[in-house]
Amino acid sequence: MGEFQVHRVRFFHLLPSGIRCMDYSGLSDRLALARLDGSVELYNLAANCFQEKVFPGNESRSTEAICWAAECRLFTAGLSGDILEYDLHNLCIKYSLNGFGGPIWSMAANRSGTHLAIGCEDGSVKLFQVLPEKIQYETSLDRQKGRILSLAWHPAASHIVTGSIDMIRVLDVKTGHAVRRIAVDRSKMGMQNRECVVWGVAFLSSGTLVSADSAGKVQFWDSEKGTLIQTHQVTNVDVLALSVSQNEDSLVVGTSEGTVFQFQLVPVRTGETARRWVRTKPFRHHTHDVRTVVHGPSTIISGGLDSQLVIRPLMEKVESKTYDAALRKFVFPHRRLVSCAQKAKLLLFQFPQYLELWRLGKTEAVGKHDEVLPISRSQEHLLQLKKKGPEHICCSAISPCGSWISYATPSRLYVHRLQYENGVSISKMPRLLYSAHQILFSADSTKLFVASDRVSVHMFKLSETGCKHVHTFQAKSGSAEATCLLAASADGNWLAAASLDLEINVYSVKLLKHHCTLPVYKCPVTALAIQPMSNNLIIAYSDQQLFEFSIQEKQYSTWCRKVQQHGLHRDWRERDTPITNITFNPSQPAHILLHDTYSLCIIDKTLPLPDDKTPLLNQAALRNLSEGARKAHSHAFKISKKFQPLLFMELLDEGTLVVVERPLTDIQAQLPPPVRQKKFGT
Amino acid sequence: MAALGEGFTLCGLAPGSGGLQGIEPGGGPDRALLTDPGRSVTLYKVSDQKPLGSWTVKQGQRITCPAVCNFETGEYIAVHDSKILRIWKDEDVNLEKVFKATLSEDVYRLHSRPNMEPLVVFKTGAVRFLDALLAAPQQGIEAVISEEEVIRWTEVCLEAEQTVLVLITEKDGDYCLYVQKLNPSSLLKYKLKSEVEKSIPLSFTASLKNKIVTLQALYSSGCVYKSLVSLHQPGTEEEQVLPKSLLLKLPVSSPALERAALAALDDTHIAVLAALPSQNNDTKDCLRVWNTQFQTLQTSKELPQGTSGQLWCYEGKLYVVHGKTLSVIPYQCESSSLSSALGKLKDVSISEAKMVSSVNWNAFLEGGSELKQLQQSSPVKTDSKRSLRSQKSSVAKVEPKKNEQLLEDLKTVSLSCIEQKLQPIFSNMAESNSQITAGQIATILVSRCAVEPTFYPRDALIQLVQTRQLSYSLCPNLMTIALEKTDVRILQRCLQQFPDIPEAVTCACLKTFLSMSNTILQGASIDVGSVVCYIDTAQEDRADAAMEVVQNGFSPIPMGEDSCDVQLVQKPEVTDAKQLCPVNMKRAALLNAVLVSAYSDTFVLPHLKDLSAQQVLLFLQYLQYLYVKCTENVSTTLPGVDVPNVNQIMDWISLLLDAHFTVIVMLPEAKGLLTSLHKFVRAQVKFYSELNKIEGSLQELQKATHRHQPPGQYSIEVLELV
Repeated sequence: MGEFQVHRVRFFHLLPSGIRCMDYSGLSDRLALARLDGSVELYNLAANCFQEKVFPGNESRSTEAICWAAECRLFTAGLSGDILEYDLHNLCIKYSLNGFGGPIWSMAANRSGTHLAIGCEDGSVKLFQVLPEKIQYETSLDRQKGRILSLAWHPAASHIVTGSIDMIRVLDVKTGHAVRRIAVDRSKMGMQNRECVVWGVAFLSSGTLVSADSAGKVQFWDSEKGTLIQTHQVTNVDVLALSVSQNEDSLVVGTSEGTVFQFQLVPVRTGETARRWVRTKPFRHHTHDVRTVVHGPSTIISGGLDSQLVIRPLMEKVESKTYDAALRKFVFPHRRLVSCAQKAKLLLFQFPQYLELWRLGKTEAVGKHDEVLPISRSQEHLLQLKKKGPEHICCSAISPCGSWISYATPSRLYVHRLQYENGVSISKMPRLLYSAHQILFSADSTKLFVASDRVSVHMFKLSETGCKHVHTFQAKSGSAEATCLLAASADGNWLAAASLDLEINVYSVKLLKHHCTLPVYKCPVTALAIQPMSNNLIIAYSDQQLFEFSIQEKQYSTWCRKVQQHGLHRDWRERDTPITNITFNPSQPAHILLHDTYSLCIIDKTLPLPDDKTPLLNQAALRNLSEGARKAHSHAFKISKKFQPLLFMELLDEGTLVVVERPLTDIQAQLPPPVRQKKFGT
Repeated sequence: MAALGEGFTLCGLAPGSGGLQGIEPGGGPDRALLTDPGRSVTLYKVSDQKPLGSWTVKQGQRITCPAVCNFETGEYIAVHDSKILRIWKDEDVNLEKVFKATLSEDVYRLHSRPNMEPLVVFKTGAVRFLDALLAAPQQGIEAVISEEEVIRWTEVCLEAEQTVLVLITEKDGDYCLYVQKLNPSSLLKYKLKSEVEKSIPLSFTASLKNKIVTLQALYSSGCVYKSLVSLHQPGTEEEQVLPKSLLLKLPVSSPALERAALAALDDTHIAVLAALPSQNNDTKDCLRVWNTQFQTLQTSKELPQGTSGQLWCYEGKLYVVHGKTLSVIPYQCESSSLSSALGKLKDVSISEAKMVSSVNWNAFLEGGSELKQLQQSSPVKTDSKRSLRSQKSSVAKVEPKKNEQLLEDLKTVSLSCIEQKLQPIFSNMAESNSQITAGQIATILVSRCAVEPTFYPRDALIQLVQTRQLSYSLCPNLMTIALEKTDVRILQRCLQQFPDIPEAVTCACLKTFLSMSNTILQGASIDVGSVVCYIDTAQEDRADAAMEVVQNGFSPIPMGEDSCDVQLVQKPEVTDAKQLCPVNMKRAALLNAVLVSAYSDTFVLPHLKDLSAQQVLLFLQYLQYLYVKCTENVSTTLPGVDVPNVNQIMDWISLLLDAHFTVIVMLPEAKGLLTSLHKFVRAQVKFYSELNKIEGSLQELQKATHRHQPPGQYSIEVLELV
């Protein structure tokens, strides 16, 4: 059926950056997440938690706070002292505004989203009014001593509680005065005089304040009287993050040990109305500091230094005990960071600051299934290309012939020509001022397609002298959203482009015109590819559905209709990670090769589709059967889970695959040592 | 079990008052009338812990006996200054303004019961109904007791129009009991004598049932005595000593109790308030409930703040002065029985001891299948059903009859007939569950064997055992008979088939097998089974020879020479038990039956001690032989089916050594055997420790190969998707 020599690559040393802060927008069901390297990601929780948008980081930025305000507008603030608003359509920064209070440590929007409050290094809390298209400085509340490390609005927006070192203050928004000042107890076992940093505060509508501090305490205060109501010593190390549920009956805190604790407001006795906060559940999914937690409507979301985003459904809130109740962990981006020059057998790895070019090794041997072949020529590191300026690389590509490399930062697009005579020489092409969200070379390496803002795709012609802008494909819809995914046909006739507003357009490259628009599906596209022979467009959506669209006939293919009628296997639909790459085997037109993070799959369109009763993963069982019996039992999905976690897979030539793995243990080895914990028996 | 509930405080008491004068029921449920030692009477609602009313006599006056409530009129009656009677109602406030009667004699007590006119007991021992007294308050009162006598305690008992007053008086340490019947009045007088010197009665209870007054008295020695006084006895002038029986002896630490109080909770339960030694050996006031029938302590409650030694009991509640408060402790008494105490309440329905009439389930089942078939075949359902139902019932009726007849026959018919009669049953039994029939047949046959010495239907019995329907408990005498007759064939079968043979019988079988002479053994037809697989028939003769030696009381091969270690080392072939089986095949087969039978080592051990030294030796040799045979191959199993496995063999070796260790050590013949066994075991231990090492190395190797699993940074592998 299919035997491949697999180049198993583990030298892509990607280190996802730690998670700094998160905010959840119930309105759009999206989670905004900022990492330590300044990048911001948006996860669409409604669409199977797909990482929908990524704003590349910047070395000059460090994000300390992120929040949604005024109908899904996203703001971040950081130690540069600037407040940034993001353009969610074209994945760039709309504007930045200085807070004039030194580094900003904390930011929060009031419940109605009309105002932003920032807590600054100089001890001031400044309020900004959120206006359409901008924000405007409104007032500064009385300056206090010490930096404002955390702040929270009262749900009625009348007061703001701030947390700084050893101190919690309640400020009146109207008068700007501090109305309450609460000193937080420093004392902690062992370390008497270490200052107590209030890392997180929350203001409940009942007037109760909640604080989380570096002494490991979660405390409940009466804001009226300034008295302590309850203390929970949850840990000996810092409690770094705090989040309260919308209806204020549950809250979560994250600690430096990597533990997340849930507190719930439960009746003291059954049947009584008197209720108190009780520590109910510990969750331990992180190995390092949990820097941020979010209490979603039915989930607890946590992230931290180990760069894992953990979405933990609360079982009591989940009605069906099915896939929705499963714990989700996200480590890797839901997009491709690797591109491959099939003909030249080169791999280009994209890191935030640089690109790495590697040549794959070779083997002369052949072998049977599961054998490791001796390597006659080992892999070769050809090039490391560092980007210019503080902006991080947002996308990159290598041409199939291997002689062109292109990459882009949010502001610029770079194209380089490579020559391989005695070593690698690189020649620079003039920089282009285009924004790029994805870069794609045509199969014959003569054209460069660049996905750009406002559903446009730029086409450049490549020649030895340089690259020339030829045409800009523009969709008829005139949508404001950027194009995010591209696919070109092998014969060079067709170009498919998916945009962030779920629109897929097909352009004719020969005629330089728009060919057709696909029916809009409810979920974002995760991968897109055009089959070489039939010119059928294969689309993978974030809800794990697969569609095949015939470009010539401008309609879904018969196989696609069959799949939709029959329905995909439940195990297939309940996979955790999206399909990030689709490729084809030219010699087997009926085969589709695709992969997600945990499996590699070949779909044979000629075979029957599996139903829910037959096991989806049947490779091991089939291997034990005779040739004849295999035919009777095999189905269209041939899945191998041998390579995990899988970041990239491409067919080099017939019978040769390249897979890029990034083992989690390798990432963990790169992390700083976690807080030492006493384990029983050690 | 009786239990004391959570107590509560009814009221506080004036300090230094030293208890209460009395508590009486307060003319209604949940009411109590308290009379304090001074001047006041208070009515309480008990469950609410709330006073309902309180009355006080003038300064200078003293209430001299507990106030009571006249249940018929709802009035309260009290006596102050011994002679002045006061009667008042709830609404009265001032006792000075209520009805007053001055009596001619000092009153000792008032008694009031529901459905009874209140009684006034004078200190002279005389008693009057209140109405009669009020008609003429100044009437003369006769003296019932002598002048020196002092009343210590009185009680009124009531049963069916019969009112009895019980009086205890004291005169210089002598106590007397007076039982006064009222209407018609009569008087009985008894002397109370204490067995123990200086033991005085402290507290009493009295009750009347079936015209017999039961008096219980607690003495300072800690004994509770019970005395019965029949009212039928004619009153006699002469003094009788009251007969008494010891009901209960309380554990008393100090020489004698000083204060104690007794209350009867019901027929069998008494409550005792006394300073009794507690678990920590310090004496504390405590309230205990005892069951007098079984003399068991039911419950106990410590009263650490001290008590006044007074105890009252009304309406399921005990009243105790505890410290400075009056505590009310509710109690519950359930009638105790020994069986419930032991957890074995006897089943009311007595199971029928009669033999269960046996049912041929086969016939039932066949009938059922026929029914089905017929239902399928015949379209006229109603008819077929009707006919079949009758048929079925006839089968059910006929079959037990047939069996009963057969069982009757078995008791009489001759040996040869039995086989004939049983043949059809055996053929049926194999596939049906007819344990009861098998048991009945076996019981009849065995009991006949016991009676008639010549009667022994061996074949029938063997067939019965072979049906696998029989077990030891169904017919315990079968194996006993077989043992008596030394019928090893049946014994072998039983050992193989029965799952529930007692260890004593197993050991008896073992003893029989070991001690049987070879000649008898040769004659017996024994299924040698798989023994052939590991005992070389060529050795039979030699083994037999060895057996003869055993028969003569002489030791076989290893002990042939007077053995010592040196010799053994020099002549390994002598100890080489591998070569020769110490027993012949038939005996081996029999012994195997014992080895594979189920047993529990705690129970088998004492019976194993019955074996003689020679028998032990022979058995040990055989076990060693088996053990060596077992270890000859890798799987450590003997060839064939139904053979003992190595664990069973080793267990029996251990058991045998445990049971006869001293004997074996002392026996010179056993020395060689023990040494060779020890050597062999040591070699085995060494061998297994070597295996252990290899296992460890292999495990490491496994780990090492596993560790190789994560490939390096780059590898080219082959993947085939089928």
